[in-house]
Amino acid sequence: MLSPHQSSELSSRRKNVIIFFIILTGLIFIVRLYFLQVIDHRYKIFASSNIQRVLTDYPARGLIYDRNGELLVYNEPYYDLMVIPGQVREMDTTEFINLLGITRTQFENRLQSARSFSRFRASVFERQISMNTFAALQEKMFKYPGFFVQPRTLRKYPHPIAAHTFGYVGEVGPADIAREPYYRQGDYIGISGIEKHYEEVLRGRKGTRIVLVDALSREIGSFQDGRYDTIALAGTDLHASLDLELQKYGELLMQNKRGSIVAIEPSTGEILALVTAPGYDPNLLVGRIRSRNYRMLQNDTLKPLFNRALMANYPPGSVFKVANFLVGLQEGGITASTRYSCPGFYSSGGITVRCRSHPQPVNAITGLQYSCNTFSCIQFRNTIEQPKYGSMQNALTTWRDHIVSMGFGVTFNSDLSHELPGLIGSSELYDRIYGPRGWRALTVISLAIGQGEIGTTPVQLANLAATVANRGYFYTPHVVRAIGHPDSLNPEFRQPNYTTIDSVHFETMVEAMYQTVEDGTARFSRIPGITMAGKTGTVQNPHGENHSAFIAFAPVDDPKIAISVIVENAGSGSAWAAPISSLMIEKYLTGEVKRRWFEQRILEAEFLTNE
Amino acid sequence: MRPQFNFFKNVDKLTVFLYLCLVTIGWISVYAAEISETHRSMFDFSQSYGKQFVWIMTAIVLGIIILTIDVKFFPAFSYIIFGGSLLLLVAVLFFGTTVNASKSWFHIGPIAIQPAEFAKYSTALALARIIYESKSRARSLKELIKPSLIIGLPVLLIFLQNDTGTALVFAAFVLILYREGFLPGWLLLLGIFAVFLFVLTLLMNEFIIIGALTAIFIISAIALRKKPAIVKQLFLVLIAINTYVYVVDYTYEEILQPHQKLRIAVLIDESVDIRGAGYNLHQSKIAIGSGGLTGKGFLQGTQTKFSFVPEQGTDFIFCTIGEEWGFLGSTVLIGLFLTLLIRIILLAERQKSIFSRVFGYCLASVLFFHFLVNIGMTIGLVPVIGIPLPFISYGGSSIWAFTIFLFTFIKLDSRRLDLL
Repeated sequence: MLSPHQSSELSSRRKNVIIFFIILTGLIFIVRLYFLQVIDHRYKIFASSNIQRVLTDYPARGLIYDRNGELLVYNEPYYDLMVIPGQVREMDTTEFINLLGITRTQFENRLQSARSFSRFRASVFERQISMNTFAALQEKMFKYPGFFVQPRTLRKYPHPIAAHTFGYVGEVGPADIAREPYYRQGDYIGISGIEKHYEEVLRGRKGTRIVLVDALSREIGSFQDGRYDTIALAGTDLHASLDLELQKYGELLMQNKRGSIVAIEPSTGEILALVTAPGYDPNLLVGRIRSRNYRMLQNDTLKPLFNRALMANYPPGSVFKVANFLVGLQEGGITASTRYSCPGFYSSGGITVRCRSHPQPVNAITGLQYSCNTFSCIQFRNTIEQPKYGSMQNALTTWRDHIVSMGFGVTFNSDLSHELPGLIGSSELYDRIYGPRGWRALTVISLAIGQGEIGTTPVQLANLAATVANRGYFYTPHVVRAIGHPDSLNPEFRQPNYTTIDSVHFETMVEAMYQTVEDGTARFSRIPGITMAGKTGTVQNPHGENHSAFIAFAPVDDPKIAISVIVENAGSGSAWAAPISSLMIEKYLTGEVKRRWFEQRILEAEFLTNE
Repeated sequence: MRPQFNFFKNVDKLTVFLYLCLVTIGWISVYAAEISETHRSMFDFSQSYGKQFVWIMTAIVLGIIILTIDVKFFPAFSYIIFGGSLLLLVAVLFFGTTVNASKSWFHIGPIAIQPAEFAKYSTALALARIIYESKSRARSLKELIKPSLIIGLPVLLIFLQNDTGTALVFAAFVLILYREGFLPGWLLLLGIFAVFLFVLTLLMNEFIIIGALTAIFIISAIALRKKPAIVKQLFLVLIAINTYVYVVDYTYEEILQPHQKLRIAVLIDESVDIRGAGYNLHQSKIAIGSGGLTGKGFLQGTQTKFSFVPEQGTDFIFCTIGEEWGFLGSTVLIGLFLTLLIRIILLAERQKSIFSRVFGYCLASVLFFHFLVNIGMTIGLVPVIGIPLPFISYGGSSIWAFTIFLFTFIKLDSRRLDLL
């Protein structure tokens, strides 16, 4: 039993214990709150990710028109179903998967992969949902928190032409995102062609909107009255230099053939037609059918994805005599009046090059007109064996520099994607093959007739035609003539590139090429009422039938179009490539083709099987 | 009996002031938490904040009425009031409506009343009366039977209503039993030690704890090998503690229902199920944590306004205060509560009447328990138990019951010289 005094002392102690507990609790709370509110900043971030949703406004990609304002590429709207995993709440999954037509496992898997990408950022849940699904979903969207529909666009091509030139658009890969932070997962980027080269112009600028959402992901309003929002900027339209009708016609003429047509406007370098055959319908490489179709095209033995106009590496054959004669005239190996007679072959030091019968004797003009191999070989040898060079190496390097100044052996660095440089034999190359003293003019004599260590692309050959048409210079061939407005010309390609050959020698070659068409190897391809200059080529092909080649420009005195045509395995240049060129020129200059039978012969020709 | 003309004589002004501060803060917080864009007036009675204003006003009227009642009424009628509230608790089991799985509400027209809220008050009255009557100064465990019954009856009935939260509040009366000497201090310490071990057991593998304790025992046994009696006692203690640890673990793993287990799990591990069971706590911490030092400002809270925090006007009202008034505002509120609690204890200690003293301590204990559990759960220190923050949370029953509770004590205190 305790005394009253002891009792009151005990009571007082107990009171103090209780007060101590109360104060301790308060202090623990305050310390905890200090950590939560002042020290730990995570909760502020959680809070904003709770309420802010960053929406992306995707701008429409720029349209592409042809040189006459015809629409070539436009956008078609579609919808992606997006998901923000962190905002997904309990919902009627059965109804949802039935609407989308997916299985429960697919649903779980997609949600899981979206979650592993980011809990708080949007991922694509279902790409390109159909209009029906979209309509059904739209009404019920409120029942599926965390999901929303994102409007997007796809490329669409009203005419199934020029697929290689347009290129295609695809989803960005991790490398693109790493290289340029502008891109986000699920964005599109130009992968080849115009789409790739002009990506930054075409894509425009994405806009972002920050909206506030409540716990059920309902939009409550804009964040700070849109202070941090950026407006989407539509992509800029492009005006391609292509002529829709000419391109279509070129593709038609090249049906059932393998090869290429390149047409250039000499006064600007604008490419009027860029045909690669066989080609494909650009609509095949769009959206979610793209990868499947791409594989299909990749496995096609005719290699439709191969852009022959820019990448195929053909020996030019006799077409190249134009370039060689120019070098000879410039370097003094021949003059405009130098004549030789041709015995029907060229033979020297055990090497024989055959020629065909033609009027005698020949000079630079008639030599080209009749495509005389003998004259070509003599002039080439005369040129590079001049004592002024001192060595074979110097001589060939001088020759090669002239050839390169005409656009061969290098790429144009134009807006053409996947352009290849081709090959022009150099002294270094021959030194490597034969040793520094192991070769002489005769060793490389095949260069005189455009064979041997020489490879040129169709666009380079067309550029040669344009250079002759301009009498000595060319504008870099390109496919986009204006950006934004048809009058705001593409500033990249406004400077003329001068060759190292004087224009007086070009006049000689213009005359020679004119005579070739008037009364030479290409005389069957004359166009009534139009003056045309051209040069045929029959490219020796060790793998099969010769390739048929031709370059030309017209009208001779005021050139509007320069062209190169190659038809693989078709035989002589005069038989196929020259008529095709002549049809293309007639089509371009007059708007219609009158020589029906002439056209019919080409349309019916088929050169795919005999390789 | 002397006539009492001045009802407000000797009323403790500090307590009344603290009360008025708290209910005002509560009303403003309910407004901030529940504000509807279409009904922006604080006095819009179609909205909870408008109703809360009515509840506060009527509560103040009730408080004034309490002050006018003869002070002898309370000890005299304590059993009757207690009996009446028990009857209500029984009646609600039959005639009540179910809200949030608890059958604990009477709906009378537009008004919903929760008898359990008032049971705390009546239990305090009965507890004060019975301890007052036990003339014996002896505070043996035998003397504990009657008070335990007084506490146990309403707890049982409230459990039957499936309102675990409110039933747990009655555990607060342990404090008054301690204060009055029914429970020795070591028992209280033991209790705290038990809670500590409990949490430790959930955090760690039980065998590590048992192993560590056994290791400590072996070292102590070697050190105390000259005193075998103490070693023997220590051994018994070791057995007891290890059994306890094992039982706790077993209970948690095997006996607790999944939803109860989750409530504890989310406390221990922040990342547990933040979309489900942990959602409330996670969102609550985000709201409070994003308030920062000074808060986002009145009505600027985004987490509470956009409904991320559930029960934001009632059980999670502290989130609104934490988010909009920040660390400083939260500290002020905690300070107000501490001042009120200590003030009540000091007032209780100065009572001449055991009845008044016990009643005062009952009031302090219940308020403290609510304060501890409610704020503790919003900041993740206590499992989520749905009980309101006194004077602050929205709800008529809660406001009324606490006001009656507090003002009864103020009345008792103001007449402490009359009551022996």
